[in-house]
Amino acid sequence: MTATHTPDATPAAASDRKTTYREAMREALREALRADDRVFLMGEDVGRYGGCFGVSLGLLEEFGPDRIRDAPLSESAFVGAGIGAALAGMRPVVEIMTVNFSLLALDQILNNAATLLHMSGGQLPVPIVIRMTTGAGRQLAAQHSHSLEGWYAHIPGLRVLAPATLTDARHMLAPALADPDPVLIFEHGSLYNVSGDLPADAGPVDLDHAAVRRPGTDVSLITYGGSLPKALAAADDLANGGISAEVVDLRTLRPLDDATIGDSVARTHRAVVVDEGWRTGSLAAEISARLAEQHFYDLDAPVERVCSAEVPVPYARRLEEAALPQTDGIVAAARRTVGEPAPATGRPG
Amino acid sequence: MSTTRTRPNRQAAHRLALLESMLRVRRFEERCVELYSAARIRGFMHLYIGEEAVAVGVNEALTDDDAVVSTYREHGHALARGVPAEAIMAEMFGKATGCSHGRGGSMHLFDAERRFYGGNAIVAGGLPLAAGLALADRMTGRARITCCFFGDGAFAEGEFHETANLAALWQLPVLLVCENNLYAMGTALVRHQAQTDLALRAAGYGMASWAVDGMDVLAVEDAARRAAEGVRAGNGPHFLEMRTYRFRAHSMYDSDRYRDKAEIERWKERDPVEGLARRLREAKELSDKARGALEDRLAAEIDRAVAAAESAPEEPVEDLLKYVTSPVEASPP
Repeated sequence: MTATHTPDATPAAASDRKTTYREAMREALREALRADDRVFLMGEDVGRYGGCFGVSLGLLEEFGPDRIRDAPLSESAFVGAGIGAALAGMRPVVEIMTVNFSLLALDQILNNAATLLHMSGGQLPVPIVIRMTTGAGRQLAAQHSHSLEGWYAHIPGLRVLAPATLTDARHMLAPALADPDPVLIFEHGSLYNVSGDLPADAGPVDLDHAAVRRPGTDVSLITYGGSLPKALAAADDLANGGISAEVVDLRTLRPLDDATIGDSVARTHRAVVVDEGWRTGSLAAEISARLAEQHFYDLDAPVERVCSAEVPVPYARRLEEAALPQTDGIVAAARRTVGEPAPATGRPG
Repeated sequence: MSTTRTRPNRQAAHRLALLESMLRVRRFEERCVELYSAARIRGFMHLYIGEEAVAVGVNEALTDDDAVVSTYREHGHALARGVPAEAIMAEMFGKATGCSHGRGGSMHLFDAERRFYGGNAIVAGGLPLAAGLALADRMTGRARITCCFFGDGAFAEGEFHETANLAALWQLPVLLVCENNLYAMGTALVRHQAQTDLALRAAGYGMASWAVDGMDVLAVEDAARRAAEGVRAGNGPHFLEMRTYRFRAHSMYDSDRYRDKAEIERWKERDPVEGLARRLREAKELSDKARGALEDRLAAEIDRAVAAAESAPEEPVEDLLKYVTSPVEASPP
């Protein structure tokens, strides 16, 4: 796969400044590496190549090959080595190229990182951060297009993050590294080139709370990661049609912030959950179940889900687009919750 | 260790200590069998009986600062490492005083203070961890090593090969100790490996590697000391294939149908515990009286461990969700 390697912009003065999601991530890594000698970055092609998606470009030159550590294509070994290093007092940031390859490290993530603290009766916390790209939308076909963050969010002992904004890309890593337990960070591949203004006054993200990205009164669009821009676009569309949609960005997929989700639905009385994972057994299913359990009487309409179609993600552009949640599908689902018929778009939700 | 320049008395005392250490493992596990039959211990339990020389001999090459990563057949490793018998027994009873506070059981013994990192029940799953523990030492310049035990079954797993490559590539201070007991659960080595010379294959990764008579604790100790010395000297990972045998079935659930009884009896003739005892008796370093006293002492020690486990408090059910995540105040700086 190809990625645009954009050299880092020189940090500007303390005012909002233009950056990209990729650069924000890189800046967060650089800050962490400068702040704490125990932090190191390890993964496939993080050094000389500059990171498969260019996130770590330039870090090798600044921090050297010991701390920007190129690993062989051995996901299980280098993720497990990260866990072992964390047990021995280091603060590793392990980069797995994509979530698809994380399946080769699943034993280490589940049976060790998530489990050691409990299985040892509290003796062995595992302060590791594991970053990986997730998601589809770039015509990479099934084996490079999975969205499995919902699987990981199933696992007790892990914290699962999905930064969707420049600010979260820049400011989630420090609190993740401060967490004594394993943290997984899912970076949607479609976000790296997103550019915009990074607020100068932003500080570490509160990892326990979801964020309301756009307030609204008629329906809550609950989403995360790569689906956030689509949900915000849908909210714009809906506003043009006179429907006020609130957009909730989960940010942390585990533990879920029930309070923020619930407060929103208690106000809007309608919910659409947008999740790029497959519908069956998805994070969207979990959120829908929680809404049914906790907010049944707040709801004026059945909860809607906009998920990926139950098919391995296909290569052809039209097919891939049809397989993934799209703005039109989100708009249609939101309209159904408020009792307005969806215009026929021909697109599955 | 066994140079003739060492004073003979010290050598004899050392051999006696090795015997005691192996006998402790043997008697402890024999008691575990009784307790398992009485349903005091539950779950999966894998006995080390027959392989004691490996844990005890290798431990002689390790310091308190070194780390040990083990498998689900780890009672022997834990005891040799100095994890108290009381804490292990209480763990198998599922009690609050257990070395994993009742969360682990027989397969998941942990003791962070003694740098005993378990207790991994996924075959080869501990190997990457060991590489990481060693990597941290390497990066911080600490002069200590990590010893990882695993079985011949691990040779069929990718995690072994990934880790062997990584450890050799990065010259990590890790001592890889393969306990080749000839069976991956019920599948004989010749039925699960195309090339059964495991030391030869490890050598293919560019690490010092050799096979050892795992039924002879003195041979094990000698090899482990030489290998550990090489690891400490910065010569990268070393691999030891310990040729050993388990006298008991794979686990308490195993009816042991896949082995020839005559084969088991042949290996029992090479019992590491009785073999050393015989040598000591012949060298007049162990009298029958002293053996009897040692047995009595170990029996009393195990009695105390069992009694303590019996009377120890249960983990409260209210603490079910404890240790899933760290308490907030435990956040590192």
